[in-house]
Amino acid sequence: MRELGAASGDLAPGAELMEGTSTVLGLPSDRRREALAGLGRSLVLELFAAMARLRAFDERAVILQRQGVIGTYPTYFGEEAVQAGSVLALEDRDWLFPTYRQNSVVVLRGCPPEVPLLLWRGNPAGWHDVQALHTAPVCVPVATNYPHAVGAAWGSRLLGEASVALAYGGDGSTSEGDFHEACNLAAVVRAPVIFLVTNNQWAISTPLRLQTRVERIADKASAYGMPGVRVDGFDVFACYLAVREAAARARRGEGPTLLEAVGYRLGPHGTADEPSIYRDPESARRWDVWEPIGRAVKALVDAGLASSDELAKLGADAAAEMRAAGDRLQDFPLPSIGEVATRVYKDTPWTLGADRLREPTFREEG
Amino acid sequence: MSQSVTMVDAVGRALGQILEDDPRAILLGEDIGVNGGVFRATAGLQARFGPDRVVDTPLSEAGFVGAAIGMCLVGLRPIVEIQFDAFVYPAFEQLASHAGRFRWRTNGAYGLPLVIRIPYGGGTKAPELHSDSPETLFSHTPGLRVVAPSDPLSAGEMLVAAAACGDPVIYMEPKRLYRRGRAEVPDRFQASSLDLAQVVRPGTDVAILAHGAMVEVAMGAAEHLAAQGASVRVVDLRSLYPLDRDMLLRTATEVGRVVVVHEAPRHSGLAAEVAAILQEEVADHLLAPVLRVTGMDMPFPLFQLEDQALPSVARVVRAAQATLEY
Repeated sequence: MRELGAASGDLAPGAELMEGTSTVLGLPSDRRREALAGLGRSLVLELFAAMARLRAFDERAVILQRQGVIGTYPTYFGEEAVQAGSVLALEDRDWLFPTYRQNSVVVLRGCPPEVPLLLWRGNPAGWHDVQALHTAPVCVPVATNYPHAVGAAWGSRLLGEASVALAYGGDGSTSEGDFHEACNLAAVVRAPVIFLVTNNQWAISTPLRLQTRVERIADKASAYGMPGVRVDGFDVFACYLAVREAAARARRGEGPTLLEAVGYRLGPHGTADEPSIYRDPESARRWDVWEPIGRAVKALVDAGLASSDELAKLGADAAAEMRAAGDRLQDFPLPSIGEVATRVYKDTPWTLGADRLREPTFREEG
Repeated sequence: MSQSVTMVDAVGRALGQILEDDPRAILLGEDIGVNGGVFRATAGLQARFGPDRVVDTPLSEAGFVGAAIGMCLVGLRPIVEIQFDAFVYPAFEQLASHAGRFRWRTNGAYGLPLVIRIPYGGGTKAPELHSDSPETLFSHTPGLRVVAPSDPLSAGEMLVAAAACGDPVIYMEPKRLYRRGRAEVPDRFQASSLDLAQVVRPGTDVAILAHGAMVEVAMGAAEHLAAQGASVRVVDLRSLYPLDRDMLLRTATEVGRVVVVHEAPRHSGLAAEVAAILQEEVADHLLAPVLRVTGMDMPFPLFQLEDQALPSVARVVRAAQATLEY
């Protein structure tokens, strides 16, 4: 499915960045229709519905932040294709290592959306069930989740299982030491792991050119002796295929893949960020034509695989689901700090005992 | 049956026992395979268990400590060797930002059965950054347990206990004692308690509290003081987080005079915590201020000067005498 230089000319802004990425939506229309038909109606609708749910979650989270129901929130508007495509390309036994930017991918694995919303509300009920969902807790430091994924993948192989691990990150994360150590270790031990780096060109205010001298993040793979693959990050179908291929390689024992999903951060870094301080809103807006859901709608309707009403209904259903989840957040009780203190160690030491939570008193005075 | 072994042998025997008993146990570290580790703690283990269970890693402490965390998620029980004390600093983020937080991030459901072995401390005439005592960094980091043995038997028993613990344990090995002497150990180590201190010498006039290589210094001081007629109790702290509060309070209550010894820097060190606990809880029983004999608040000196920085028998004796004369 890799198609060199196939990004179509009508999507001028950023098209040069898409040079050489594998794409489905960027194919000439007849070949695009053929490729989508090859995936099958049920799969393309599933991928679309997954994007719609992620988008609805993100939009609801921003509203809830504005209402003061949740705290600061890292929006992922525009990254839905990478997230939906990757989760659906893997099996339930495979491990996901999300960062804050992929905070709701657990929802695509069956976790109620209230759970990740509660995390941003600051309620410990927001920690999802890691083992049931085979998804690590949302990683807040940048790049430290990469070594975890290597260990999970490598460990699975040592245990004779065929599961794969996928770690998410962004362009900025590839400047961190843990990225280097994880890539190197993974390649040396041929860990069945996928490093899925969304290159959205921005790390808060820092543009890619201040982050690295390479123009293509995937080029970094050659230093580790692993393949580096570039995919159109606004194309859920291409992302799905690229992750599926990397996972198949991993399962065949051929080791890790560095997958660069080329994109652009269409929104702010988070609800506390004001991009107009550091980037021209006009040129940023030119990227809106790549917005992955609108782009998928056009292609699916054009290919005759779905009607626009049908797709709109998937969006409306997802919005209703997330609105209802948001409405339930206030029903979740908060544990006491004393209860949380008993969740740090298997056997809670005296240092976290109930008496440590009280103001000290002198025994003689009672 | 029992054998007379050094501390580093005891560590190796315990690791062999753990690998044999639990197919999910795996050792990771630099040069631990064919080479058997720079201290030979893992000598012979790769030949016995294979390169998939005794793994030579690339030089990447953050990478392999992070990978060990990921291994725990899929059911392995990694034991990681950090080659020298100060080499753990690159892995600090993985320990502080992830290892110690994992059970908390799962609301108590899943812990990380992870052991980080760190040969530590001075007194071996080693180059810079091969003599640090970083235990307080970890005892101040929530979610970790920190222990330090001081003899071959406790080294084996505590390592077996650490591997079975189910939460991350920072296991500090006083490398100065690795080959200091031999002690009888059984064929199989029984897991000991991970959070109990031990009285290693009874006494009633003054108590010296120490861990790791400083237990030996404390014992030397006790001998010296005994010759002058003082009855000195020596307590091996063993567990640095959590401290054995009951033992601390009992010691202060029964003895009344306390000296705490560690080779790590003084400021915000474990001795400060011990002194704070005692003055908060049993101030009325203290017959003298708690005194500290510690390393200095400076980088551990180049080795020609290390004897001036390390707590010595003479310094501990002087501190104990000061509390006796208070």
